[in-house]
Amino acid sequence: MARKPLQFTLNGSDKAVFVEDGRNLLDTLRRGVGDLSPKYGCGQGTCGCCTVLIDGAPHLSCLVLAETVEGRSVETAAGLAGAALHPLQQAFMDNFAAQCGFCTPGMLMAAKALLDRVPSPSREQVVEAIGGNICRCTGYEPIIDAILDAAGRSAGRRSA
Amino acid sequence: MTVEFRKDLFADERDDNLNEIGKPTQRQDALGHVTGRSPFFDDHLFDGLLHLRCVRSPHHHARIRSIDTSRAERMPGVVRIVRGQDVPVNLNTLLSLLDFGRDDEPLLSVEKVAYKGEPVAAVIAETERQARDAVAAVRVDYEVLPHVLDVEEALAPGAPVVNRAYPNNSFDYHDKYDHQKLRFGDVEAAFAQADEVVEGRYQMSPIEQAPTETNGAIAAPETNDRFVCYTSTQALFFSLGTAAKLLNVASNRLHFIGGTVGGGFGGKVDSLNEPMAILGCMLTGRPVRYVFDREEEMQVGAPRGAERWYLKDGVMRDGRLVARKLTGYFDSGAYTRLSSYAIVKCTGHIPGPYTIPNVHSDVFCVFTNRTPATAMRGFGVTGVDFAIECHMDKVARAIGMDPVEFRILNAYRDGDMKAHRREAKNCALIECAQVAAEKAGWPIREAFRQMSSLRDGGGERARIPHTVTDEHGRIGERRAGGTATPARPAAPRYAAMPPAPVAATPPAPPPSVSPPVAPPPVASAPVPPPAASPPAASPPAASPPAARPQPAPPAVSPPSAEPYQPSQPFQRGVHRPGAGRFSSISGTRRR
Amino acid sequence: MSLNVSSYPDIAEAARALARDRAARYLGGGTLLMRAVNEGDQGFSTLIRAPRGALRAVRGLGEQVEIGAGVSMAEVLEDRSLDFLHEAARGVGGPAVRSMATVGGNLFAPSPYGDFATALLALDATVARVRDRGTPIELRAFLAERDREPRAIVASVTVRRPAPGTFRFAKVSRVKPKGVPVLCIAAHLPVAAGRIAGARVAYGAMAATPVRVEAVERTLEGRTLDEAGIAAAVAAAVDGLDPPTDAIASSWYRREVAPVHLKRLLLGRNG
Repeated sequence: MARKPLQFTLNGSDKAVFVEDGRNLLDTLRRGVGDLSPKYGCGQGTCGCCTVLIDGAPHLSCLVLAETVEGRSVETAAGLAGAALHPLQQAFMDNFAAQCGFCTPGMLMAAKALLDRVPSPSREQVVEAIGGNICRCTGYEPIIDAILDAAGRSAGRRSA
Repeated sequence: MTVEFRKDLFADERDDNLNEIGKPTQRQDALGHVTGRSPFFDDHLFDGLLHLRCVRSPHHHARIRSIDTSRAERMPGVVRIVRGQDVPVNLNTLLSLLDFGRDDEPLLSVEKVAYKGEPVAAVIAETERQARDAVAAVRVDYEVLPHVLDVEEALAPGAPVVNRAYPNNSFDYHDKYDHQKLRFGDVEAAFAQADEVVEGRYQMSPIEQAPTETNGAIAAPETNDRFVCYTSTQALFFSLGTAAKLLNVASNRLHFIGGTVGGGFGGKVDSLNEPMAILGCMLTGRPVRYVFDREEEMQVGAPRGAERWYLKDGVMRDGRLVARKLTGYFDSGAYTRLSSYAIVKCTGHIPGPYTIPNVHSDVFCVFTNRTPATAMRGFGVTGVDFAIECHMDKVARAIGMDPVEFRILNAYRDGDMKAHRREAKNCALIECAQVAAEKAGWPIREAFRQMSSLRDGGGERARIPHTVTDEHGRIGERRAGGTATPARPAAPRYAAMPPAPVAATPPAPPPSVSPPVAPPPVASAPVPPPAASPPAASPPAASPPAARPQPAPPAVSPPSAEPYQPSQPFQRGVHRPGAGRFSSISGTRRR
Repeated sequence: MSLNVSSYPDIAEAARALARDRAARYLGGGTLLMRAVNEGDQGFSTLIRAPRGALRAVRGLGEQVEIGAGVSMAEVLEDRSLDFLHEAARGVGGPAVRSMATVGGNLFAPSPYGDFATALLALDATVARVRDRGTPIELRAFLAERDREPRAIVASVTVRRPAPGTFRFAKVSRVKPKGVPVLCIAAHLPVAAGRIAGARVAYGAMAATPVRVEAVERTLEGRTLDEAGIAAAVAAAVDGLDPPTDAIASSWYRREVAPVHLKRLLLGRNG
C-alpha cells in the first residue's frame, strides 16, 4: 500500500508522519501522531466525536482524508490547555457537562469554533454550533450551559 | 439547579446527614474528560498492532455449508484467519459463570448462523482496511433456512428451531417448565368475583443502547506469559471469566484493564470482543484490536430485547385490584446471554409496587432469529413496568377513578406480603405519587393525600394465601401442541369458594365519596403484627369497619391457621450433568 | 481491494483521469466518499484529488449566479449574494459537515440526502461539467444520469436568482435542523398580478433523486397563495410519486405528511 509523507501543525507543533493512501485524519491523529483526544464514534460523520479544527473551522476528522491537511493547522482538545485550562474546559467541569466523557473532546472543539468567531453567542447559536455532536449521557443542557458560561454568562441560566 | 429535599417524609428513619446527595461533588474523571485524557480502552498505543474484523452472516437463519478463505488468506497484510475450530471452547453462555443455563453460543459459528450479523470467521490484518478487504473476499456458502422473528410464532409447534441447546425455542426453567411461574392466591376465582375485568396487550421494540463509544477490546501479549486486555466492558470480571473459559486459559494468565466506559447503559456486558481479541493475540503473537464499527454496534451489538405482555386485571368498583394475571414474552434473540436471568428478575418484580391479593404470571424467555438481547437500564423490569403502568391507567379509566388515586389506593405498604413471598419494606410509592401530584398540580382528594406507606400494611395483608398451582407448560409440551389451553390445575387446597367477607365489599360508592381509609380488621389467626412501628396516634382499629373501601385483605382466601409451607424445596438454577468446569472463576465456590 | 489516492495539478486532468477509470471516484468535500472508504466499500479503488482551490468561485451573471462545485455549505452561508440558498444550506449536517460538504457533492448525495440539490432544482439550475467546457445541462437531466459511466466532475451550477420572497424551502426531519430528512420541499413561486406564474416545486427524499413535482406546479399556475387557491395543488401533492422506504421513514409516512408540509410551505406557516 502506498504511503505518503504528511506534514502539518498540530496544536501549534510541527508534525510529520507517513500515511497510507485512504487513511483518514482521525486515525492519523490517534495512531499516527499519538493524539488520542479525538474519538471514533461512527466513521460516518453523524456523531461528531472526532471533531477537530482545521485552519480554525470545525471538521469531522473521520471524513477528512489525512493528506489533505498538508501544511495546514489542526487543533484538538488535547491542545486546549496551556498553563491553565481553557475557559471552555473549566466551564465544562464547573457545569458538569461530561459524564462518560466520550463526546467531550468533540463538543469542546465545536464550542471553540463558535466562541472564536462569536464571543457572545445566543443560546440558539450554541445549540446550532453543537448540532453535529451527539451526547448519550447528559441530555445536552449542561453542555449548553457550560458553553454560555465560558462565553461569560451566568452559569446555569437557561432561556425559555 | 437546586434540589428540594422532602425530609419531612420518613423523617424518623434515618440520620439526616447528607454528605454527598444534593452537593455538587466533582467527578474524579472530569479533568480527564475535558483534557481528552480519560483512558478509554482504545487510548493505548501498541507497536505492531493488528486489526480484526469478522465475516458476518447476512441471513437471519442459515446452515453453513462451507467457508472458503483461500482468496482472503493471500491478500496483502493478512496475518491470520480465525475459524470456529480455532476457538478452544467454542460454546458458552454468559451465566455459566453462575451455573445458570446451558452453553449455547459459539464465539465463531461452525454449523449454522441464527441471527443476521452472527460471526463465522475473523480476519486479522496489518491495517483495518486490509482486514475489511479480506473479509469481503471470504466466500461463505449458506443454505438459507426459514426464520422466525415473532415470540409467539417461535413457541408454536413447527416453528424453526433457533437455538440447538433449547429445541423448544424457550429457556428451560428448573428442568421443568418452559417459562417462569409466579403463583399467589387464585386469580380465576378472583376474576369471577371482580366487578370489572380489564385486559390489555403491550408490545415494546428492542432498544439499542447506542453509546457513542462502540464495543471493543485490544489484547496484547505480556512478557510474563500473560495477556493484557484493554476493554470497554462494564463487567470486567464477567469478561475475564468468559475469556478464561472460551480460551481454556487459567484466569490468572489474563490481565484485564477496564477503561473509562464511553457510555454503556448495559450494552457492554456481553464480552464478545475480549475473547476474540485475546485469541487473535494468542494465534499471532502480536497485539490485536477488535472494535465494532457503528453499523456493527447498532445491528450486531445486543439491544435490550423486545417484550410482549398480556395483562388481565380484576378490579372492584371502589378501586381495589383483586387479581392480576400476566403473560410475558421476552425476545431473547438467537442466544440466551442474560435473558434467562431477566425473566427471574422480572418475576420478582411482578405485579409491580402494588398489593394485589391474587397474582398469576407466566414469563417466557423465547428464542427467535433476532439479534441476541442483553441488558439496558433496568432490563427485566422496565418492560413489564411499561405494560403495568399503561394498564393501571386503563383500569382506572374503566372504573372511572383518578389514575393517581388508583395507584395510591393499591400501592404496597410496609408489612404487606409480596407475591414472591417477601415482606414489603421501606415502601414509598404513596409518598412519591403524592409529591409528584403536588408538583404537577394534579389534584387528588384529601383522603389520598393522607395515605401513607407506613400505615395500613401488614396484618391480613401479610398473609400468604392458599395458592392454586399448576403443571402446565412443561418443557416440550407446547411445541408438541399440548398447551393450547392450560392443563388441568392441581387440586386447590381449599374445598370450596368462600363468600367474600362483607367488610371487604362495600356497595359500590361512586369515587367522589372519599371516606378515610381504616386499617383492615385484626384477624383472629395468630399473625404477628407488622414490623413497622404503629403510628403514635392509633386510628380506630378495634372495631371492624363496616362497608368502607380500604386496601383490602385477600378477597377470596380465608385466613389460614398455619403459615404456608412450600411443597418442594427451593432449587437454584439449572442442573447440568457432571461437575461444572467453570463453576467459579477462582476455584471451588463455597455455597 | 487496496486504495490509491491520485492527485492531479489541475481539475481538467483530474476529470480525464476520472473518466478513464471505472474504479475511481472524485474526492470533493469527502462527506460521502470518506464514509464509504471508512466502511471498506469495495466498489472503488482510487480516489482522485484536485487542488483545494479548484471550483470555488461564486460569480454573479446578471439575473443568474454561478456557484463553483467546490464551494462548501459554510461558504454559501457566508455569501450574502446566496442568501436565498441559506435555508437549504443550513440544514446540511452540523457546522463541521458544512465546512466540508460541497455544492457539487450534494448533487450526488443519495436519497434521502440532497437538500441543497432539491433547492437548486426548483431554481431551474443547470450543471456545467469539467469535460463539457461550457455546455451545461439541466439539473433534472443530470440527476437522472449522475451515476452513469463515464463519471464526470461537476464544475459549477448556475441558478436564476429569485425575486425576494418568491423562494421557499422547508426541511422535515426529526432532529432539527441537521437530521436526515423525511422530506424537503423547495418552491419557487413568482407572482404576477397577485397570481402564481411559472411555479417550480421540487421534493427531496421523495424519490430516488430530488424531483420536480409537475402535478403541483400545474395546479398552482394562475392561482393565489391562499387556502382556496392551493387546494388543488395540495390534493395533487404526491401524484405520480412512489417515495422510498428507508431507516428514516416509510413510503406510506412520506405520502401522508408531504401534503401537510406542502400546504404549510405554500401558506408560509412552517418554521
